[in-house]
Amino acid sequence: MQHIIKAVLLGVIVLAAAFATNFARDLSYQVSAIVIILWAGYLFIREIGKIGNAPVPAETGYMDGVVRAGVIATVFWGITGFTVGVWIAFELAFPAMNLTEWTGPYLNFGRLRPLHTSAVIFAFGGNALIATSFYVVQRTSAARLFGGNLAWFVFWGYQLFIVLAALSYVLGASQSREYAEPEWYIDLWLTIVWVAYLMVFAGTIYKRKEPHIYVANWFYLAFIITIAMLHIVNNLAVPVSIFGSKSVSLFSGVQDAMTQWWYGHNAVGFFLTAGFLGMMYYFVPKQANRPVFSYKLSIVHFWALIFLYIWAGPHHLHYTALPDWAQTLGMVMSIILWMPSWGGMINGLMTLSGAWDKLRTDAVLRIMVVSIAFYGMSTFEGPMMAIKAVNSLSHYTDWTIGHVHSGALGWNGMISFGALYFLVPRLWFRERLYSMKLVNYHFWLATIGIVLYASSMWVSGIMEGLMWREVDAQGFLVNAFSDTVVAKYSLLIIRGTGGLFYLTGALIMAYNLRMTMVGAGDATPIKASAAVPAE
Amino acid sequence: MYTFLRELADSWVMLIMLATFIGIALFAFRPGTKESYDRLRNLPLQDDDVLVEDKSGEK
Repeated sequence: MQHIIKAVLLGVIVLAAAFATNFARDLSYQVSAIVIILWAGYLFIREIGKIGNAPVPAETGYMDGVVRAGVIATVFWGITGFTVGVWIAFELAFPAMNLTEWTGPYLNFGRLRPLHTSAVIFAFGGNALIATSFYVVQRTSAARLFGGNLAWFVFWGYQLFIVLAALSYVLGASQSREYAEPEWYIDLWLTIVWVAYLMVFAGTIYKRKEPHIYVANWFYLAFIITIAMLHIVNNLAVPVSIFGSKSVSLFSGVQDAMTQWWYGHNAVGFFLTAGFLGMMYYFVPKQANRPVFSYKLSIVHFWALIFLYIWAGPHHLHYTALPDWAQTLGMVMSIILWMPSWGGMINGLMTLSGAWDKLRTDAVLRIMVVSIAFYGMSTFEGPMMAIKAVNSLSHYTDWTIGHVHSGALGWNGMISFGALYFLVPRLWFRERLYSMKLVNYHFWLATIGIVLYASSMWVSGIMEGLMWREVDAQGFLVNAFSDTVVAKYSLLIIRGTGGLFYLTGALIMAYNLRMTMVGAGDATPIKASAAVPAE
Repeated sequence: MYTFLRELADSWVMLIMLATFIGIALFAFRPGTKESYDRLRNLPLQDDDVLVEDKSGEK
C-alpha cells in the first residue's frame, strides 16, 4: 500500500513538472522542470517495481550507507568546485578563458562564480557536514539514525538541490544575493530537505542511549537550526509567475541589503564555523586519541558564539546607506567575536597537549592541526577587517577574497579532508589508508597552495586599496580602475597557481581514498563485522 | 510596532540575553563537576565502533 501511495505521489510530481516544462517562461525554469521529471520519473518506476514485494525487515546497527554516499559526494563535489575555482581564477588573469566567442555567456565569470562558491560551500562543505553529522550523532548517541530512509531522502534531496542550483546559475537565473543565489522554487525545495535533515538529526538525539549530548552535536544542531532560520528569512520573495524563475524580494533598499548580510555573515558563522567546529570536536580527539582539552571552555565558547555571531553582519556594509550606529554595532560585535572564535581554536589545538609528537608521524593529524591554525588565523583577520578604518582600505579588494579563502581552504577544506581520511578506512572496513605518503603529499600541496593564494591576495588587495584612494596635490584620483587590473596581473596568476596546487592535492586524496575503498595496497580489508549500537 | 520592538530589544530582551549567557557561563564553572566533565570529554573515545580499537592496543 505504501508503495502505491508513493508511486501516485511521484506520478503527480512528474505530471506537474511536465506542465511546468510546457508553460515555462525561461530556459532555467524549463531545464529545472526536465530534471525533476527525470528524477521523479526514475523514482516512480522504481516504486512501481516494489509494489507487491514483501515488506523489508527494519535494519539494525549504525546506518552507515548514507554516510558512505555522503563521503563520495563530498569528494566529487569538492573536486568539481575546486576545478571551477581554478578556472575562474585564471579567467580573471586571462579573460579569453571566458570563452564568450564559443559558448556565449554560459561560462563567463559572472555565471561560474556562484557555481564555484555554491559548489565548494554548499555541495562540498554541505555534504561533508551532513555525512559527518550523521556519523557523529550515531556514535556519540549510541543510536541508529532516526526516521529510517528519511536520511536517504535528505542525501538525495540535497544532491537534487545542488544540481538544480548549478544549472540555474549557468543558464542565467539568480536572485543576485551572495551565497543565496538560487531562485524561489529551489529555495522551497531546500527548505523541505532541511526540515527533514533537522528531523533526522534531532530525532537521533532524542532517542539517544547516552544521557548527555556531546558538544559536537550541540554545534551541529546549532548549524542546522540557524541555517533553516537564515535561509527562510533571506529568501522571502514573491515569484513573478509560478512558471518562471524570477522572483522579487519582500525587502527593499538598505533593509534588503542588511537582511542579505545578516544571512551572509551568519552563513559563515553557523555553516562554515559552527558546523565545522562540530566536526573538529569529534574527529580531532578521535584522530589524536585524546579527549578534548576543556569541556567547560567548549560550553562557554559555544554559547558565546551563539549569542554574538548574529550581530556581526553589518560589517559587510561599512560606509554604505546603512545607519552609522548599525555599522558601529557590527564592528564592535565582530571584534568581541574574536574571543569565542579563539576559544574553539585553543580547545582544538590544546587537545594535542602532551601528544604533539604525533604530528611527526601522523599526516592526517597534521592536516587537522593546520586547519585549526588557519581557523585561528582567519578569525583573527576577520575582526580586524571589520574595523571601519581597516575596512575602508580592504573592502571591495582582493584582500577580502584572500581572507575568505584562508578560512575556506585552510579551515573548512582541511578539517573536511582530515575527517574524510579518518572516515574512509572505517566505513569501508579497511585496516588503514592506501598510502600515508600520498596523504603527506596532499598536506604539502594544499598548505603551499593556501600560502600562495593568501599571500598574493594580501599584496594585491592592499595594493588595490592604496591605488584606489591615491589622490594628487589637486585632489584628483591618480589611478583609473583599469590601472589596478593591470598592476595585479602577476598576482592573479600566483593566486590561480595556488588554487592549482590545492586542486592537485585534492585529486591525490581522491585517488588515495578510492584505492582505500577498493582495498588495494596496505588497505587490506579486515574481517567485516557490521558495527552495532550499544543497547 | 517598530518603536515598541526597538524599546523592548534595547531593554528587557538585552538584559535577559546577557543574564542567560552569564548564567550559562557560571553554570559551566559550578563546583563538583570534574567527574561528569571528564566522562563527557572521553565520550567520543569510548564509542562502540568496532574499528576504534587501535592495533597496538592502546585506548
